[in-house]
Amino acid sequence: MVSHVAVLALFALLVSVVFAVLQRDEPAQQLRLGALLFAGFVGTGVVLGWLMLVFPIGS
Amino acid sequence: MRATTADRTRVPDIPAAALLCAAWLVPGAGHLWLRRTQKGVVFLVVLPLMFAVGLALQGRIFPFQLSQPLVALAALADLGIGAIYLLAWVMGWGAGTAVAPTYEYGNTFLIVAGLLNLLVVLDAYDIAVGRK
Repeated sequence: MVSHVAVLALFALLVSVVFAVLQRDEPAQQLRLGALLFAGFVGTGVVLGWLMLVFPIGS
Repeated sequence: MRATTADRTRVPDIPAAALLCAAWLVPGAGHLWLRRTQKGVVFLVVLPLMFAVGLALQGRIFPFQLSQPLVALAALADLGIGAIYLLAWVMGWGAGTAVAPTYEYGNTFLIVAGLLNLLVVLDAYDIAVGRK
C-alpha cells in the first residue's frame, strides 16, 4: 500500500529540485533553496492535514 | 576541465525555434544545448522520473476533449512533457484507474511534470536570448 505522506514527500522533493535548479546557478545556493522549498511543501502539507482534521469537510 | 564563468555566460548561436522544439521534446535538452550541463542533466532525470511516477500511481493521460474544458487543459499540461507524452500515447500507457486511491496523485504528478517542463523551456529560451 502506498503511503500518502511518502507520495507527498516525493512530490515535494521532485518539484523542489526543479525549482531550485531553475532559480539558482550555484550548487550551494540550489541546495539551500531546494531544502527551503522542500521544508515549505512538507510543512504546509502537514499543517493543512491537521487543519482538515480539526475542520472536516461536510461537518 | 571546469568551465569558466566566461564559458558559461557565452551562449551558442542557436535558432530559437529549434531550441524551443528540442527543449520541449526532451526535458533538459535546451539547457544541454546551451552548455548548461548541470541544469540539463537534472531536468533530464527529474522530469521524466516525475512523469513515470505519475504513471506508476495509475494517473491518467488526459485526452483532448474540447467538450470538457478542464480535461482539455489537463491534456495540454500533460503534453508539456514532450516526446514522453507522445511515447506514452503510442504505447497506450496512462489509461488511469479512477478507483485507485493514488489516481489523483498520479494525475497531479503527470500534470505538474508537464507544466514544469514548460517552465524549463521558457528558461532555456531566456538564456538563449541573453535575458539570463
